Amino acid sequence: MALRLDSKVPSGPMDRKWEKHKFDLKLVNPANKRKFRVIVVGSGLAGASAAATLAELGYLVDCFTFHDSARRAHSIAAQGGINAAKNYQNDGDSVHRLFYDTVKGGDFRAREANVHRLAEVSTAIIDQCVAQGVPFAREYGGGLANRSFGGAQVSRTFYARGQTGQQLLLGAYQALQRQVGAGKVTMHTRSEMLDVVVEGGRARGIVTRDLVTGKIESWAADAVVLGTGGYSNVFFLSTNAKACNVTATWRAHRRGAGFANPCFTQIHPTSIPVSNEHASKTTLMSESLRNDGRVWVPLKAGDRRAPDDVPDHERDYYLERRYPSFGNLVPRDVASRAAKIVCDEGRGVGPGGRGVYLDFRDAIQRVGKDTIRQRYGNLFDMYANITGEDPYAVPMRIYPAPHYTMGGLWVDYDLMSTVPGLFVVGEANFSDHGANRLGASALMQGLADGYFVLPYTIGGYLAGAGTSGLKADAPAFLSVAKECAERTKRLLAVPGTRSPDSFHIELGKVMWDECGMARNRTGLERALKKIPEIREAFWKDVRVLGTGDRLNQNLEKAGRVADFLEFAEVMVLDALTREESCGGHFREEHQTSEGEALRNDKDFQHVAVWEWKGDGKAPELTKEPLAFEVVHPSTRSYK
Amino acid sequence: MNLTLHVWRQEGPGVPGRMERHEVAGVSPDMSFLEMMDLVNERLVREGKEPVAFEHDCREGICGCCSMVVNGAAHGPKKATTVCQLHMRTFKDGDTITVEPWRAAAFPVVRDLVVDRSALDRVIAAGGFVSVNTGSAPDGNAIPVPKEAADVSMDAAACIGCGACVAACPNASAMLFTAAKVAHLNRLPQGVPEAARRVRAMVEQMDAEGFGACTNHYECMEACPKEIPVRFIAEMNRAWTKASLSAESAAADKAGFG
Ligand SMILES: Cc1cc2nc3c(=O)[nH]c(=O)nc-3n(C[C@H](O)[C@H](O)[C@H](O)COP(=O)(O)OP(=O)(O)OC[C@H]3O[C@@H](n4cnc5c(N)ncnc54)[C@H](O)[C@@H]3O)c2cc1C
Ligand code: FES
Repeated sequence: MALRLDSKVPSGPMDRKWEKHKFDLKLVNPANKRKFRVIVVGSGLAGASAAATLAELGYLVDCFTFHDSARRAHSIAAQGGINAAKNYQNDGDSVHRLFYDTVKGGDFRAREANVHRLAEVSTAIIDQCVAQGVPFAREYGGGLANRSFGGAQVSRTFYARGQTGQQLLLGAYQALQRQVGAGKVTMHTRSEMLDVVVEGGRARGIVTRDLVTGKIESWAADAVVLGTGGYSNVFFLSTNAKACNVTATWRAHRRGAGFANPCFTQIHPTSIPVSNEHASKTTLMSESLRNDGRVWVPLKAGDRRAPDDVPDHERDYYLERRYPSFGNLVPRDVASRAAKIVCDEGRGVGPGGRGVYLDFRDAIQRVGKDTIRQRYGNLFDMYANITGEDPYAVPMRIYPAPHYTMGGLWVDYDLMSTVPGLFVVGEANFSDHGANRLGASALMQGLADGYFVLPYTIGGYLAGAGTSGLKADAPAFLSVAKECAERTKRLLAVPGTRSPDSFHIELGKVMWDECGMARNRTGLERALKKIPEIREAFWKDVRVLGTGDRLNQNLEKAGRVADFLEFAEVMVLDALTREESCGGHFREEHQTSEGEALRNDKDFQHVAVWEWKGDGKAPELTKEPLAFEVVHPSTRSYK
Repeated sequence: MNLTLHVWRQEGPGVPGRMERHEVAGVSPDMSFLEMMDLVNERLVREGKEPVAFEHDCREGICGCCSMVVNGAAHGPKKATTVCQLHMRTFKDGDTITVEPWRAAAFPVVRDLVVDRSALDRVIAAGGFVSVNTGSAPDGNAIPVPKEAADVSMDAAACIGCGACVAACPNASAMLFTAAKVAHLNRLPQGVPEAARRVRAMVEQMDAEGFGACTNHYECMEACPKEIPVRFIAEMNRAWTKASLSAESAAADKAGFG
């Protein structure tokens, strides 16, 4: 049976849909709200904002995170900023323009109605965060400051120094802790969700492992919300925090939630290249650096001279050459691919030849070192600290790295997955970014989902579906808990020799080589062969020491790697099936004579949604066709 | 590089721990301190021994997870640097390095180098917020905030909640952590209405958690990876005195906060 994909997009004109829908949604009587219990998994921007808001509304909330505190979520690391259509700069921004930019930036693979709603609520996010005490950057007059980000033509990005994610998360975390203090939210830290319990066609709760005691526990609720983040760590090396993983969404997928567009991943062009074989992650250098830095490599392959010794006429400022109108500010996917091409030609710089220069020489000459320090001081310090080089004197070296995942669990307009009662927010859903996300839009989407969308739509669901009535000791819970306990035991029992990390590294390499910045049929088919081999080797040769009844980080890691090893396959299959190039998905077979992406709207203007069919069985594909009523598909051009 | 490591091992809460010696070979100066620890753990697994538990996540100096006392200093020898951002080029070939967990009564050891810092969350839950429900906010530009106030507020808000200040303090005081949150919120117009209640509630919770008193050693500021200045502590002390004297205090606290 194929998945039933009803997007539930409301009728009516684009800019009236959300208003109308909010009115049409059934309401839960205020006195009845405290009869409903909602589980929120994740306390990042999406989860924390949802949990706090639901509690304010009067629902009983249980919030789970594997971190030791809600404040540690990966959202904390976001640097650059958050978009909102405030038009404070009077430069012609509007809800419509933000909507238009996001649909186009996503290369026409997002659902228009969702994107429009995102642009609409973006303004309320800023108001809310200011009221919470988020110390956004200000002008001397006391008003909020903005900058232009990621090549946007208007200045709509709000920021708090280079720590916007931190400050927004602390705002949401503080709102959440306020509810914890008031007894409205029960916070379960160091608690990892291992599975969702689905019974009678409805999500009933979750099963978790207490990471300190090892206890497997069941939690019943009337609805479950996943705000568990993205899966960039399938590549092992990424800009994400080390603990980010796919377990929550993958386990939900195995229980019936469709996985949408798993091959849509974003490779960020400006990360610090890895310098040694033991590198455990890549570090992002904010995209804002491209406002002043010029990207180049030597003209000749194999040129090993120091950058200063390469005269200007022997340098190739390849972005400026290929894209004269956008130059160094082309979108992320375009910049990343261009860097890969010049490195493939043997013109890359630094160890292993996987790097390009980001050079501030001209900017320093133009505006002075002090101005550059004011603009990017903390980033330059971070770079110097990690590489031991002084970027004021020698050009930075950068290289693309996995950064964000547009794919995720499929959700309808109400943010509900294909499992009734299971909602998905933030990076975990397939969301509003289509095939490519614009800078400063992930924070916006996470908070839009959590503060302003889910709290309404979940009410509509609960008003209709009523309480669940299934207790945590019901057979449905017991059997899932038993499966989780057995899987944990199985991991501990493998008489192997290799660390979970070593398998993760092996998988990551396959994914990066075959399903990274550029993909082709041969490589993807090779990956489809290799992944099951690694998976098999894992279950034979992984070594998880210690016991399951206390803190055991190797055991946690092993479980996550095991899920990545299953998930990777559908990601590659999706990439193989999508015979076009769009956004972050570049199929080498589908490009113009100039090497630009060639979209195929006739055959692929849809969301690809995969359904789990069981271990060893091929997943089944169902398509949600996309219609563009307002923004008509065009070819992105940055020439 | 080759190093000798003395690492704290402790099976679980409340059981005795001990230092364990490891000879580490093949360390590259480009590695971060945590990547060096990864190397140690990889080898331990190969040898069939349980790896050292330590907390980490972002490895970019922002999440506040990592927490190691390296050679007696919280986050190690480099100023304004979390241990995840400390690179091995800071050390010399042949060095002996000791690695221990945060030590404080309010931070019980969970295992090896992992401690329980939930006391800090409870200090925030007591009053480290602005009581504003979603949807009730005025336009973001309705209330101008002087740039200076926003900037200093941001200096304080930069705290990553790692607890190094507590670990570095001879009294295991959480004054710098608490003062930073008070300074962040009380300075902004949005935080002013609750300023007095906030400082009272947070200080009370801080005491209840068993953190020590501040006796002006200023080790906290030295250890702080974000260089939060101790003048925020003086500021909080003044705010606390004022709040304690204010007439509404007793009544307000009885009525509950939040
Ligand atoms: C370095 C970097 C910089 C960025 N900069 C920007 C930027 O400037 N602007 C922008 O808009 N976006 C930026 N992004 C993207 C953005 O930060 C993320 O997309 C966004 O923060 C994700 O938020 P989230 O709430 O969906 O998930 P996360 O913040 O990843 O939170 C996930 C939560 O789920 C919990 N969790 C996960 N699985 C489980 C489980 N099984 N059991 C229990 N708990 C679980 C985690 O503990 C965590 O609390 C950046 C990303 C990176 C990596
Ligand atoms: S690991 Fe995040 S601050 Fe060190």
